[in-house]
Amino acid sequence: MAKDEMNPAFKLIGTRVLRPDGLDKVTGRARYGADFAAPGMLFGAAVRSPHAHARIKRIDATRALALDGVKAVVTRADFPTGLTGEDWNLQENCMAGDVALYDGHAVAAVAATSALLAQDAAKLIEVEYEPLPHVTDVDDAIKPDAPAIRPGAADHSVPDGMPPNVVRYFEFGHGDLDAGFAEADIVRAQTYRTEATHQGYIEPQACVGQLGADGKGEMWVTTQGQWYVRWMCAAVLGLETAQLRVTPSEIGGGFGGKTTVFIEPLSLALSRKAGGKPVKLVMSRSDVLRATGPTASASMDVKIGMKADGTMTAGRAEFRMQGGAFPGSPLNEALECAFAAYKLPAVEHIGHEVLANRPKAAAYRAPGAPMAAFAVESLVDEIARELGLDPIAVRLKNAVREGDRSSYGPRYKSIGLVETLEAAKAHANYAAPLGPNQGRGVATGYWFNHNGDTSVSMAIAEDGTAQVSVGTPDIGGSRASLGLMVAETLGIPYEHVRVNVVETGALGINEPSHGSRATFASGKAAVIATEQAIAEMCRRAAAEWGIEPEAVDWVEGAAQPAGPNAGKFPPMKIAEIAGQMSSTGGPIAGHYEGLPEGVGASFGTHVVDVEVDPETGRTTILRYLVVQDAGRAIHPAYVEGQFQGGAAQGIGWALNEAYIYGEDGRLQNAGFLDYRIPVACDLPMIDTVIVEVPNPGHPYGVRGVGETGITPPLPAVANAIAAATGARLRRLPMNPPAVLAAIKAVRGG
Amino acid sequence: MVEVHLWSGLKRLTDGEITVAVEAATVGEMLDALTRAHPGLAPVIEVGVSAAIDGEIVNGRHVAIPPGAEVFLLQRLKGG
Amino acid sequence: MSKIHVTATVNGDSVEFLADPRETLLDALRDHLGLIGSKEGCGTGDCGACSVLLDGRLVSACLVLGVEAEGHEIETIEGMAGPDGTLHPLQRKFIEHAALQCGFCTPGFLVASKALLAKTPDPTEEEVRYWLAGNLCRCTGYDKIIRAVMDAAAEMRGAA
Ligand code: FES
Ligand code: FES
Repeated sequence: MAKDEMNPAFKLIGTRVLRPDGLDKVTGRARYGADFAAPGMLFGAAVRSPHAHARIKRIDATRALALDGVKAVVTRADFPTGLTGEDWNLQENCMAGDVALYDGHAVAAVAATSALLAQDAAKLIEVEYEPLPHVTDVDDAIKPDAPAIRPGAADHSVPDGMPPNVVRYFEFGHGDLDAGFAEADIVRAQTYRTEATHQGYIEPQACVGQLGADGKGEMWVTTQGQWYVRWMCAAVLGLETAQLRVTPSEIGGGFGGKTTVFIEPLSLALSRKAGGKPVKLVMSRSDVLRATGPTASASMDVKIGMKADGTMTAGRAEFRMQGGAFPGSPLNEALECAFAAYKLPAVEHIGHEVLANRPKAAAYRAPGAPMAAFAVESLVDEIARELGLDPIAVRLKNAVREGDRSSYGPRYKSIGLVETLEAAKAHANYAAPLGPNQGRGVATGYWFNHNGDTSVSMAIAEDGTAQVSVGTPDIGGSRASLGLMVAETLGIPYEHVRVNVVETGALGINEPSHGSRATFASGKAAVIATEQAIAEMCRRAAAEWGIEPEAVDWVEGAAQPAGPNAGKFPPMKIAEIAGQMSSTGGPIAGHYEGLPEGVGASFGTHVVDVEVDPETGRTTILRYLVVQDAGRAIHPAYVEGQFQGGAAQGIGWALNEAYIYGEDGRLQNAGFLDYRIPVACDLPMIDTVIVEVPNPGHPYGVRGVGETGITPPLPAVANAIAAATGARLRRLPMNPPAVLAAIKAVRGG
Repeated sequence: MVEVHLWSGLKRLTDGEITVAVEAATVGEMLDALTRAHPGLAPVIEVGVSAAIDGEIVNGRHVAIPPGAEVFLLQRLKGG
Repeated sequence: MSKIHVTATVNGDSVEFLADPRETLLDALRDHLGLIGSKEGCGTGDCGACSVLLDGRLVSACLVLGVEAEGHEIETIEGMAGPDGTLHPLQRKFIEHAALQCGFCTPGFLVASKALLAKTPDPTEEEVRYWLAGNLCRCTGYDKIIRAVMDAAAEMRGAA
């Protein structure tokens, strides 16, 4: 549907209805991963490597198995061999083979009749290690003489002669770079570094797995994607995929970190070995931090040329990223987002992915984009400051619009970058007076958004209410937004629609709730499925009236003759049609299976005011503004929630959060006390402006809002600190000691 | 004929070419033709790529490529 | 290890359970009493997802031993709504203000907020933010949580 054909007069879209899962969640009834129990259930615990890199010489479980109530121990020997590619990576990450590759890497697991007993038994499993040289820092890992972590892991993209830990190499761009830089009045190049951070979902990974000798299995698990859990577990364990049924629980946050598996295959392996009894595994917070997906750390060289009037003439980005001991860091996403906001005649991107002795990186909200934004948006700010230009004016001058060539190649379809910049400029926060030691920072961010495999079914109940079955777990209110779209399409009250997130047996495959796709993809699919059901209801009414189905319209929840020529019949309400369905042809339903096209990319602009204490280096966020193009806000409160949550995570990444590894290669801050995420008193209210440049590829204009919001905060905060102090920090986190040192350096103190 | 824009890192595998012209009406035909023209691209395409057709990122092999469309090959994206 | 018999009052009901001396109150609530509304986000007192009231005092149930509950009164999220299911104003305001996304932190925030409003019926935004600093939420950025608590406080004052 084209933009101008959309009906602006929605009844439900854009209203702030109550979410359907609210009551369960405020009363403690909602069941998350660790809340599931099965009859006869055992409890598991994992044994994890205390070494960053060590050969596993011997595992002896004799003493553990001698304990009364210990039912099974598994090691890598209990998993199939011969896996390749990503299947092998998953298996190796879930359970170490010959070598433990990072501090926290699982080497064995045990199941017993109680959780305490399982933990006791895990301590009795003896593992003999031969420590190997390790490397955890990205810039060390790329050195030619770094300890080689996995010789032979480099893929086809790596030219000969690269250092041993480089496993992926990437380069792209367009235009004449030298000419572009030659045209500039000012060319600046800097290096920026970001540390790995964790998604930090408050609910640790948890599952109950059951697997019989017949190869049939069940799993209840907290996940962003039950079909991903299914194929990954099947691959890791050598099972037939369809024999495994995976039921998602309510999910206590994911942010990308629950799109893959860690303990899930272990619970199935333990169950199989314990005679098919279900086995529950719940990770501790320290295991979550040590062994589940943080994001990559990055070291980034950026060079930008600009004319005195602010016109950018060329850009170059060379990034090095480590995503742990496995390939899979978000290198190409980072590079493709780096200059996405800018119309550049010449641009070059080069990327190196490096292995290091750290946990396998998992996706984290707009994977790669925040790091890239930190580098590019910081340097744009540095140059604008040098030229005395307003940061929003510089961005507007170079902003990409519909039809422009993106930095990564294709031309943009409908986008709303300019609209977000204009809205930020017009907002009161951008004119708020600043006091001493205070500064304002601006940055933009980009995310592609995503469609992915999508299956949805919907059906009309006997009383004319509707059910929708979707495969995308609801992390941030997607059941509310899906319910709104289906109710709007059907013309019935929102309360008459129930949206269920269903298990793998109920639908065709679905990608997880990732890539900001739940409301876009499941939403588009649900609307298409609903339109099928509406067409069927029109057919039923037509048959009843003895007219052609084409002569029936669907208006406000009822079939009615399309015009005076169609005949004179009173509208037939949905409840009436539904009530008769068994005698008019049976069930009324609709479904969608496919890859919904028409993804709409999303830009955002953030403005932050900070105050920096010159004595301590502590940064206080005074005001924070998120402006982002949502396409269409189906449920504005949950759109704002995504903006605010993304901003808070980005602020944490900017100011405090970081993986800290010791000389010994062990993670030193594996707990919420030392891995400190923002708390309520660290933040002000987070102001939001929802820009709506409807996505023509979605029936209601949705773009997807989950990810873009984490991208601008890293540079926005850095730019604000620079404005407040005159000190430019090019390395995260910008915690008080770092800021203090930077202030001292500029003041010569 | 479809002109496919590759990322420049692939030049090593295409004898230095960064745009490759192939005969193809769908994404799948385009990918197969690319592999035929430059067998070195096979592992890249196997790992998974996306195509952008006139700015729209698509993954399906059967998606049609309209005549005169601008086509870019991209690494497959993931999201969080 | 032999288990210890514990008698306590939970949400107004007297309960009994057998606790391993190493088990926490959180384990006891969740595993022995079926009260799964209190959540474990860390097990080390850093996230507040396990917040409960022990004799009216806000505690992290993961830092209290199950056997320590002997003879005490405990209130959990399951006891917050009225016996007929009428929601506490805080619960209602959390839903109305969209103060939850994943909802995993919500029981802890609600219990902690209730403890705050019992002491301080008219808190400033800053007081709410500092009181709730022991409760982590990764989804919301706290904005809507703070608004919900302030609004519930206002309503409760008005109703009183
Ligand atoms: S689980 Fe008790 S404070 Fe986190
Ligand atoms: S709503 Fe998810 S942690 Fe608070």
